[in-house]
Amino acid sequence: MDFTDTPAEAAFREQARDFIAANAPHYLAEHLAKSGFGHTNTGEHDALTEAKKWQRTKAQAGWACLQWPTEFGGRGASPIENVIWSQEEGLYSRLTGTFIIGQGMCAPTLMAFADPSHNTRLLPKLASGEEVWCQLFSEPHGGSDLAGLRTKAEKDGDEWLVNGQKIWTSGAQHSDYGLLITRTDATVAKHKGLTMFFLDMKSPGVRIVPIKQANGNSEFNEVYFENVRIPDDQRVGGVGEGWRVAITTLMNERMAIGGSIATGFPEILEWAQSAQLNGRPALEDPNVKSKLADWYVKAAGLKNNASRQITTLSKGGLPGPENSMGKLVAGNMMQDIAKFALDLQGLSGVLVDPSVAEGAARFQAMLLRSPAVRIEGGTDQILRNIIGERVLGLPEDMRADKGIAFSDIPTSAL
Amino acid sequence: MNFDFSDDQKLLADQVKRYLDDNCGMDRVRQVLTGSPRMAQDVWEGLARMGLLGTAVPESYGGAGAGYAELCLVAQQLGAHIAPVPFGSTVYLVAEALLLWGSQAQQEYWLPQICAGTVKGALATVESVGQLTPGQIHAEVVNGALCGKKVVVTDGGVADLYLVMAKHGDQLSLFLVERAAQVDVLNVDSVDLSRDVAQVNFQNAPAQLLVAQGWNALEVLQNRAAVLYAFEQLGGAQRALDMAVAYAQERFAFGRAIGSFQAIKHMLADMFVSLKLAESNCYYAAWALANNTADLPLAAATARVSATQAFQLCAKDNIQVHGGMGFTWEFDCHLYYRRSNYLALELGSLSEWEARLVEALPRVENI
Repeated sequence: MDFTDTPAEAAFREQARDFIAANAPHYLAEHLAKSGFGHTNTGEHDALTEAKKWQRTKAQAGWACLQWPTEFGGRGASPIENVIWSQEEGLYSRLTGTFIIGQGMCAPTLMAFADPSHNTRLLPKLASGEEVWCQLFSEPHGGSDLAGLRTKAEKDGDEWLVNGQKIWTSGAQHSDYGLLITRTDATVAKHKGLTMFFLDMKSPGVRIVPIKQANGNSEFNEVYFENVRIPDDQRVGGVGEGWRVAITTLMNERMAIGGSIATGFPEILEWAQSAQLNGRPALEDPNVKSKLADWYVKAAGLKNNASRQITTLSKGGLPGPENSMGKLVAGNMMQDIAKFALDLQGLSGVLVDPSVAEGAARFQAMLLRSPAVRIEGGTDQILRNIIGERVLGLPEDMRADKGIAFSDIPTSAL
Repeated sequence: MNFDFSDDQKLLADQVKRYLDDNCGMDRVRQVLTGSPRMAQDVWEGLARMGLLGTAVPESYGGAGAGYAELCLVAQQLGAHIAPVPFGSTVYLVAEALLLWGSQAQQEYWLPQICAGTVKGALATVESVGQLTPGQIHAEVVNGALCGKKVVVTDGGVADLYLVMAKHGDQLSLFLVERAAQVDVLNVDSVDLSRDVAQVNFQNAPAQLLVAQGWNALEVLQNRAAVLYAFEQLGGAQRALDMAVAYAQERFAFGRAIGSFQAIKHMLADMFVSLKLAESNCYYAAWALANNTADLPLAAATARVSATQAFQLCAKDNIQVHGGMGFTWEFDCHLYYRRSNYLALELGSLSEWEARLVEALPRVENI
């Protein structure tokens, strides 16, 4: 066991540090440092433009998507080098949120299942941030029960004709491509009738409608498909193999977000270290101490667990289902932290106007956004099922949709 | 960077596991519950023969000269088997204190006997109910003789050598006191019947000074021991979870394995998450201990708090998964529940360690 850099790792770190010192958008640093929860603060500069610019700068010098092969725009780096890069990128990694879905989830799926000619064409542009991707999975009738999805794709010559609706698609409005899972056969069992495609989001018949969320923002969208045509060579994996392909995406999703997910801990610690409570430093309050300790051990546990995963990956292992715990822990913790911070603020805690609210209302923003963290990308309950069944080996729940054709499965009234 | 134990270290853990599986199964633990003394002397001698009592003691003092990462893995196995031996008291506390502060003569005299298993140790600090504070200590050494009563001494009934916190002039110090006629020992029952616990009354017992700044020294010692006890907690938590998972798979109700019910499955998932967080924190702390890093106080408190949480959660919900059978004497669930609650107080309570953790946190801009 060794947490220090080997000489080769130290040299790599030095290289990364030099590149960042010479090329990072330092003019954004003070804004980025003040990024509130769930949004990237770039001051008077446009966030998407700045994100794409930093990504392009990195890609040109071989510092984008480090672990990808060089022919796809990566660097062929090891998992540990990738961690070293993230540590050094620090504040500027706040500019990379736009690309997480494409680079962290769609790309590994494409590498595993798509035609190599597509990959050499598409992946370098994904790495450089020139093109943004989204993931078209969830539907009004297929969230936790993802395999219950109904968006239909019918073969028509060399093309597929797609009709249906997706929901909760983040970033659809500025995406160039999407990874789309569809039902191609409703007469077989539900997991067997699915097929994955990628499509140009500018295709005729694609309509994107932003969702007004409970917290008032619109990060997510509904995406409607009306006779959208997709060439057969944009199929990702075999016809009817869509579920296996989707699992690859989802495992990478949990790896991509599990280790680095926001918990709210640095924010509450900073607050506790500077705030007064009943005329004394908040840190002296036994209740505050107890809560902080509890949250710290969880945050540290997630970080240390991510380091263990890196060791597993660097020895040739694969991201396992135990990574499901990252978001499960972080989502609950963030909601608790927000609630506690408001409690300490008393009635002033109700204010959400950043110009008057304590800490520019960051805990209020956290309070209002955190319910979604416990739902998006797998609800708390689905994550516990995954841990119970795939890690601990417990038997599946009894199900009413087993062994029958999708078209015969009972559904709620439409 | 490498965040895993080496193959050699894992091999050692496996050897310890096999020894304990064969010699310290639940039947052996149960013999101790009603016996006297409350320890398994045969297991203790076996651990000594394997060289495990001196895992981290230099070879020149009769030890194995391995390191603290190895000792952590030994602790994990002892915790998994809830081994009824005074290992923590002797090895994590008394031997450690000798290594940290003993004179050469003290080290040369005591350490080989400890490694050989012929001398057992115990830490004697607590004198009354409530959190241990300097003001609580009334025991005093005058002219080399100790007077005072320690009311809860883990392994105090089997110990040959006590590490005692006592007043000395105007400060607190740690003393070495041998079991002798002037030491009156009364065994008492605790929540964990697999542990030897005693009240020890020192009446003009000859005492040798080990270290003068006793309160600070105790904190240093506790930080190191906390990592090792955390590995015992981890071992116990893992075993409790394994028991619960096995039972949920084999026990049927309403025509199906109870582990297929989400109410049970989700409880087990939460136990797993708690255990994994603790395990990862313990791994980091093992490295911090082995390398004596500057952040050891924070790493130790983090490992300690999360391992206490994990063992208490896994042990209590292991009983819940077992239902009524979990509350019977025959099922082993209560042995882990008892041990989890004993270890939660050994070295200081959860709330004390939470406070220590928060004091050790860096200012936020350094995180």
